[in-house]
Amino acid sequence: MIKAILIFNNHGKPRLIRFYQYFAEDLQQQIIRETFHLVSKRDDNVCNFLEGGSLIGGSDYKLIYRHYATLYFVFCVDSSESELGILDLIQVFVETLDKCFENVCELDLIFHMDKVHYILQEVVMGGMVLETNMNEIVAQVELQNRMEKSEGGLSAAPARAVSAVKNMNLPEIPRNINIGDINIKVPSLSPF
Amino acid sequence: MALKIVKGSIDRMFDKNLQDLVRGIRNHKEDEAKYISTCIDEIKQELKQDNIAVKANAVCKLTYLQMLGYDVSWAAFNIVEVMSSSKFTYKRIGYLAASQCFHESTDVIMLTTNQIRKDLSSPNQYDTGVALTGLSCFVTPDLARDLANDIMTLMSHTKPYIRKKAVLIMYKVFLKYPESLRPAFPRLKEKLEDPDPGVQSAAVNVICELARRNPKNYLSLAPLFFKLMTSSTNNWVLIKIIKLFGALTPLEPRLGKKLIEPLTNLIHSTSAMSLLYECVNTVIAVLISLSSGMPNHSASIQLCVQKLRILIEDSDQNCEPSVNACMKYLGLLAMSKILKTHPKSVQSHKDLILQCLDDKDESIRLRALDLLYGMVSKKNLMEIVKKLMLHVDKAEGTTYRDELLTKIIDICSQSNYQYITNFEWYISILVELTRLEGTRHGHLIASQMLDVAIRVKAIRAFAVAQMATLLDNAHLLTGNTQRNGICEVLYAAAWICGEFSEHLENPLQTLEAMLRPKVATLPGHIQAVYVQNAAKLFATVLRSQEGNTDSTTAQETSQLMIDRLPLFVQSANLEVQERASCILQLVKYIQKLQQKDVEVAEEVSALFAGELNPVAPKAQKKVPVPEGLDLDAWINEPPSESESEDEKPKAIFTKEEPKHSRPRHTEVDEKELARRREARKQEQANNPFYIKASPSSQKVYQETPGVEHIPVVQIDLSVPLKVPGLPMSDQYVKLEEERRQKERAEKKKKEKKKRKEKRSGRGKKHDSGPESEEDITPAHMVDIVTEEMPENALPSDDDDKDPNDPHKALDIDLDNLVATSGRRPLADSEKLPVRSHRPTEAPKSPAEDGDTESAAPQEPKKKSSKEKKEKKKDKDKDRKKSKEEKKKKKHKHEEGGEDLLGGQPDEPVVQSEEPNEEVALPTSTSAEVSDLDFWLSNAPVPSNSQEAATVAAAAPIPQAASGAAPDSEPDEPKDTEVETKSSKHKKKKQKKEKEEKEKKKKKKHHHHHHHSDGGGEESVQNGTVEEEEPLPPMSNYCLLAENSYIKMMMEDADQVCDIQGNLQDGSQVVVSVIFENKCNSFLKSMEFNVLDSLNSKLQRPEGAGPHDGLTVPFQLPPGVSNEARFVFTVQSIVMPQKLKGTLTFIVKNEDSSTHEKLDFKLHFTCTSYLITTPCYSDAFAKLLESGDLKGSSVRLEGVNMPFHHLLARICFHHHFSVVERIDSCASMYSRSIQGHHVCLLVKTADQTVSIDAKCDEPSLLGNVLDEIKQTFSQC
Repeated sequence: MIKAILIFNNHGKPRLIRFYQYFAEDLQQQIIRETFHLVSKRDDNVCNFLEGGSLIGGSDYKLIYRHYATLYFVFCVDSSESELGILDLIQVFVETLDKCFENVCELDLIFHMDKVHYILQEVVMGGMVLETNMNEIVAQVELQNRMEKSEGGLSAAPARAVSAVKNMNLPEIPRNINIGDINIKVPSLSPF
Repeated sequence: MALKIVKGSIDRMFDKNLQDLVRGIRNHKEDEAKYISTCIDEIKQELKQDNIAVKANAVCKLTYLQMLGYDVSWAAFNIVEVMSSSKFTYKRIGYLAASQCFHESTDVIMLTTNQIRKDLSSPNQYDTGVALTGLSCFVTPDLARDLANDIMTLMSHTKPYIRKKAVLIMYKVFLKYPESLRPAFPRLKEKLEDPDPGVQSAAVNVICELARRNPKNYLSLAPLFFKLMTSSTNNWVLIKIIKLFGALTPLEPRLGKKLIEPLTNLIHSTSAMSLLYECVNTVIAVLISLSSGMPNHSASIQLCVQKLRILIEDSDQNCEPSVNACMKYLGLLAMSKILKTHPKSVQSHKDLILQCLDDKDESIRLRALDLLYGMVSKKNLMEIVKKLMLHVDKAEGTTYRDELLTKIIDICSQSNYQYITNFEWYISILVELTRLEGTRHGHLIASQMLDVAIRVKAIRAFAVAQMATLLDNAHLLTGNTQRNGICEVLYAAAWICGEFSEHLENPLQTLEAMLRPKVATLPGHIQAVYVQNAAKLFATVLRSQEGNTDSTTAQETSQLMIDRLPLFVQSANLEVQERASCILQLVKYIQKLQQKDVEVAEEVSALFAGELNPVAPKAQKKVPVPEGLDLDAWINEPPSESESEDEKPKAIFTKEEPKHSRPRHTEVDEKELARRREARKQEQANNPFYIKASPSSQKVYQETPGVEHIPVVQIDLSVPLKVPGLPMSDQYVKLEEERRQKERAEKKKKEKKKRKEKRSGRGKKHDSGPESEEDITPAHMVDIVTEEMPENALPSDDDDKDPNDPHKALDIDLDNLVATSGRRPLADSEKLPVRSHRPTEAPKSPAEDGDTESAAPQEPKKKSSKEKKEKKKDKDKDRKKSKEEKKKKKHKHEEGGEDLLGGQPDEPVVQSEEPNEEVALPTSTSAEVSDLDFWLSNAPVPSNSQEAATVAAAAPIPQAASGAAPDSEPDEPKDTEVETKSSKHKKKKQKKEKEEKEKKKKKKHHHHHHHSDGGGEESVQNGTVEEEEPLPPMSNYCLLAENSYIKMMMEDADQVCDIQGNLQDGSQVVVSVIFENKCNSFLKSMEFNVLDSLNSKLQRPEGAGPHDGLTVPFQLPPGVSNEARFVFTVQSIVMPQKLKGTLTFIVKNEDSSTHEKLDFKLHFTCTSYLITTPCYSDAFAKLLESGDLKGSSVRLEGVNMPFHHLLARICFHHHFSVVERIDSCASMYSRSIQGHHVCLLVKTADQTVSIDAKCDEPSLLGNVLDEIKQTFSQC
C-alpha cells in the first residue's frame, strides 16, 4: 500500500499532497516538513530509499523518492510494495505528466494542481496502484479532459479574459520563468 | 430570475480562479497569510451563491489552500453540493476536494450515500470512475456497508476501466466492512482471470494485500497464482505475485520447491531489475523455508548471491548514480536475508561488503554493517573488528560513528560472546572505544565492561588492571565537557575495581585515584558508585595490611578516606551524600579501633562479602505464581458500604469508588479476571513507559549454555596477562594468530600420538562441534556465568499481535468459498445489504438486511411473490417445530456431534463457526487439502509444471467424491472397502446436513420472519437446503475394471479447465483413478496407458512417445488403495467418448513375481466437461436475455424423490449450481471447459420433472440432457 504521495520543490514548498490515510492539516504540514528535511539533505547520487521514518507508519514504512530538477517526488509505502517497482512507478508518473503537459515543469504543477491530481488518480487509487501503462493513463486523462471541454470547462471564456486583464497590472508574470525540464529518462529501468 | 443569472455571471467575471489565486499568493510573499485570509473570505462569499459553477470554482481553490495547510472542513457541505452537480467538470472537483479533506468523522459523509450510489450507476463511465476514486479515499464503515453491493456489481461492469477501479476499491471496503469479504470473494477470484490486464492486475493487487496479512487463508489460491506467474508478462503483476509467494512459502515448504524452477528461469530471463530483485528475494524466502535438508539447492543460493553481487558491485553507466545506489542498497538488504540461513555463501563475499563500508552513502554503509554482524566467526572476528575500528577513526559524522560503535559491540557480544576467543582483546577494544570523542554510547561500553568482567571470571584480573588504569587517567575522559557521554565508563571502571579489588595490584593507588577532588564534577550516580567502591577498596587495603606489624599504611588509608570523603558529604546528590556520610562515620569508627590496635580488616571486608551473579532478563516475570495466590484478589476487604457511609464526610473525592468495588468484588470470576488481564495488557501495550518484554532478549537467555557446557581450556601462559598502560588491541590480533598456530601444531602432534596409541577418545576431546571453526580454542577459561533464573520458571508464551490491527478482522476462512459448491455456503446474514437505510438504522438485525437484499436484484418479482412468501413462512414455521424435535432425537444417537452443536454460538459469527465447520465437513476440507497436496506433489502429472497448475486451478470441485479417496485406510478389510467408504461418507453428509439445519434453526429462532429469501443467491446449494431427510450418499466413483489382483475405480472425470488458455491449447480433463490392491501380494511398476483417439489424448511427459504408458507414481502393498490422476487433452467436448486402456503391473510375492495386465474403458460423458460455476441471478438473467442460446427440453416421468434431492443430484452428478430456487422450480447453471453456458430451468409436479435447457452448443446440450435422463432412470 502507498500511504502518501508528496511532491514538493527544492525549498520544501508543497506542490501536491495526497494522503491515503487521514491526517489533520497541521500534521500533514509537519510530515511534509520532516520529509523534506530528510530528503533534501541527501546527495543526488545516494540511494533513493529512506527507512524507519517515524512520520507516517513506523518501521514498516519506507520513503521512496526521486529528485527531478526542482521537484522531489516522494512516495511513502509499506513493505508490500517493491522498492524498485515504486521507483519505476514514479518514473511512469513523471513521464505521464510530461506527456500531458508537454514538457512539464514546476510551474505546470503550481498552476494546475487539480489536473495533476486527476492524472495521479489514474495511476494510484486509494493507495493502491491502479494502472502502470502510460498510454492507458494518458488516454483516460485525455478522454476526461475532452469531456470537461465539451461541458465548457470550469473557467469559461469571459472569466479568462478578465483574468488576462487583471494580470496586466502585475509586476511580473511568473509564466516566463523557465524552471526547466524535469524529465530525466532512466534507461536502465525497463518501463512496464 | 434571468436577471439573477446575468448578475451571477457578471459577478463571476471578477471571481478569482485557481490560477489567479496561485498567482496572487506568489505576488504576496511578504503578507501571504493576510492575502489568503482575504481570499478565504471571498471564497465564503462565492460559496453562498446559487451558481454551481461559482461554488465549484471556490471549492477548487479550497483544495489548493488545503494543500498549504489550511483547514477547509468548514466547507464540507459545499463540497457535497458540488459533488452532486450533474456536470462532470464540477463533480470531479467536488470529489477531489472530498478525497482530500473528508475522513471518518466528517459528519456530512452520511449525506453522500445516495449521491454516490447514483454516480456509481451513472451511464457515464467517468462519473462512476470519479465516484469510485473519491470513495476509495473517504470510505467509512457505513458507506462500505451500504455500497458494498453496488460496488460488487460494478466488478462485472462491461467497461474494464470501471471493473478495475471497482475491484481495487473492494480492498478498502473489506477493511471497513469485513463482513463483505466472504460474499465478494468468489467474484474477486474470478477477476484474477479477467481478460483485461488492468483488471487482472487490480485483482492481484487486492488479493496480495489481503493475503499479506492473513496468508494462510489464501494458500489454496497458490495454484492459480502459479499459473498467472508463468503466463503473465506484466512486470507489476509478476512482482506482486512473487512477493505474495514469498509470504506463502513459509507456510507450505512444498510450494517453495515448486517455485524454485520458474523463479530461477525468470531470474535468468528478465531484464527488469525490479522483477529480478523480487525473484531473488522470494527464492531466498523459499530457501529459508526449506533450509533444513535441502542440500541440492545450493545452486539456487549461488545464483542468488551471484546476482546480488552484480547488483552490489556493478554500476551501470547509463543509470543515474542514485539508482545504482538503490541497487546496491537492495542487494545488501537481500544478502542479509540469505545470511540468516546460508551464512557460508555470503561470507565468501566479505571483501565486497567491507568495501561497501567505504561507500559515500550512509544507508549503504549501515546495511553493510548489518551484514557484517551476521558474517563474523571465531576466525574472522578480530579482523573484521579491526577494520571497523579503522572506520571509527575515519568516520566524520558522529551519528555514523556511534552506529559503528554500537555495531562493534553488537558483533562482539552476539550470542553470548560466542565468537570471542580472547577476552583480553575485547577488553582492550572496549578501552580503545572510550577514546571516542563525543559519543553518546558511554553507557553501552560501560555495560559491556561490567558484563564481561562479571561473567568471564578468568578475565577479571586483566579487566581490573585495565580499569584501574582508566580510573587513573580519568582526566582524559572527563577533561572535555563535550565528552561527558563517555564518562559513564568510569561508573563501570569504579565498580569493577571495587568489586574485584582482590585482583588489584595496587589498591591504594586506585583508591587514591577514586578520591580525587575532580571526581566531584562527575554526574551523581557515578560519584555514588565511586564512594561505595572506595569503601570496598578500603576494606581490601586493610585486609592486605592484616598481619603487617607496621600499621602505618592502614592508618594512612583511613586518614585518606577521612580527608577526602567530606567532599562527597557536601554533594548535592542525595545518594552520594547519604553513602558518603555513612561511610565516613564508619571509617572514623574504624580509625578509632585501629588506634586501639584492634584487628578490623576481617569485619570490614565482611561488609562486602558475597558474590553477585547476573540475573537473566525477565527472571522476575518468570517466577510462577504460587498456588492459591490470587494476584487480582483483594488483600484487605474493600471498605464496605456502611463503612464508607461512616466516613462520608472524609471521602468526598472518592465517593464513587467504594460503591463500584463492592459488587465487582463479589462477582470476580474467571471471565472477569481474563478480561481484566486483557485490559491490563492493552494498557501496558499503550503505555510507552511500560517496559515490554523484548523477544530478542528472551532468546539470548534460552541460548545461554550452562556453565558445564562450556569447554574448559587451560590458560595459555604464552599470552601475557598484564599489559602495562592502555593496551592496543591490534597486538592481540598478532598474538592470537601465533597462539592459534601453536595450538594447531600441538594438536597435530597430539593427534599423531593418539593415533599411535590407537585410543578411541577422539569424540570426547572437544564437544564443541564440527567445522574448522572449532579448532580455534578460546584463549581463556571462558567461564561465562549463566544468568540466574528462578526455579521452575515458566516458559513464556507471549503472543504479541496487535489487537488494533484492522486486518485482524479480515482473517476469514475463504477456502470453502472458493468453489462455492456445497462447501460452507454464505449464511444469509453474510450477504451484502443492498438498499441502504439511513445511517441511524445501522444496528439493525442482519435478518432485515438479508430481507431487503434479496429484493434488489429481482425487485419486480419480489413484489408479486411477497404475499406468497408471507404465507409460506408461516407454514414453514409450523413444520419446523415438529422437525426440530425429530432432529433433537437424532442428534443423541450421533457420537460426539452433540457437544459440538451445543457449543455453537447463537449468532452466526463467521470466525466462531470455523471449528464446527472443520469437524462437520471433513469431506470438503480433506478434498481441499488433497487438491492442494495433489498440486504440490508433482508426481501424478509428470508433464510440465504449468499443466499441473491448471490441474489444480479448479481443484476444489469434486468435493465429496475425491474426499472419499484419501479417507480409505490401508488396514481396512479389502472386501468391504467400498461399503465402508460409502457409509462413512453418509455419516459425514448427515452431519453436515444437520449442522446446516441447526444453524438455520438457530437463526430462525432469532429472526423469525426470515426465511426463503435465502434462495436469492447461493444458499440453496447441493442439497444443503433446510429440507427434511438427509440426502442419500452420492459418489461419482464407478468401477472401471477389476480382477483378482486389483480393482480400479474411476471418478466420473472431474474436470479442469484453463479458462484463458482453452482456446489455444484445447481443454484438459483430469481423471482420478483409485487403485486398490485386492490380493496378498505387493503390486509395483504399475503403468497406465490409454489408446489415444483423434479427439482425446493422454498427456504424457515431454519426450515420451504417443504410445508410451504413464507410470503410476506409487506401489501398492496388500490391501492398500491409492489414487492417481491423469490428465487428458480433449479437442471437442460436444460428444461423449470412450477410450480403451490397459494397466500393466507386476505382482510380487515372497518368492516370485509375475507380470499382469488389466484392460478397461474410460467413459467421458459430456457432463464431465462441465464445471460447477457459480452464477448470480442478475448475470443469469442477462445471459438468457442475450438470445445466443438455443433451447431444448426433456421430461422425466416417475421421479420419486424430493425436489431438493433432485437438485442435489443434478448438482452433484452433472456439475451444476443452483442460481435461484422458488418453490418447486429452480434455475441452474453450469459452464463447460470451453466456455459454453448451460442453463437449466427445472420444474417438478407430481413425479414429473420437466427440464427446459438452453445452451450455445445444441449437441452438447442434447448429450447432457440425455445423461441427466439416464441418471434419473437409474434410480
